[in-house]
Amino acid sequence: MAAELTKAEMTEALVEQVGIPRAEAKQLVECFFETITERLVAGETVKLSGFGVFEVRDKPQRPGRNPRTGEVVPIEPRRVVTFHASNKLKEAVAHHDLVERNPEREPAVV
Amino acid sequence: MTRSELIAALAARFSHLPRQDVDAAVRVLLRTMRDTLAQGGRIEIRGFGSFTLHRRPPRMGRNPKTGEVVAVPAKWAPHFKPGKTLRERVDAAKSGNN
Repeated sequence: MAAELTKAEMTEALVEQVGIPRAEAKQLVECFFETITERLVAGETVKLSGFGVFEVRDKPQRPGRNPRTGEVVPIEPRRVVTFHASNKLKEAVAHHDLVERNPEREPAVV
Repeated sequence: MTRSELIAALAARFSHLPRQDVDAAVRVLLRTMRDTLAQGGRIEIRGFGSFTLHRRPPRMGRNPKTGEVVAVPAKWAPHFKPGKTLRERVDAAKSGNN
């Protein structure tokens, strides 16, 4: 499997695994992220069971520094998106590097 | 919004697709995303953001009930970095601006 997942691979997964025609699968992937974005813009929390929770948080103004000049400049209040992985996702990734996969692809020990 | 509300919203927009296909699609998308991370990969969705894994170093923890010191091995944790478009759209909607 590809080390990087993009909308193109997600579209492909819908074509292959659900049988949705490619043009619509592509739109569906777009809409999936657009719908989540719209809800976050509306200030809503988006809970995707088995994956995680996206939330918006309001950050107050805080003092910052211009790293070049050392000058103190205020960082304006802003609204940010945070993501908290579900336990299922956390468990799935925690020790992925210890799981032996596809050992025949390992370089042969000479 | 929950996963089932997301499915309902998508089903309304894709009313020509069978509802069970939309349902399966959301399941497949989330599973594909989870599987990618579970194999050490990353997810890159232009404008929305990227998901990567961050390594948490091993540490000494404590059993909160017994107070006993236990070694907690290193592990990986999912991390989401919002993309530029998402950051800008969400920030522009903060109170006072909408």
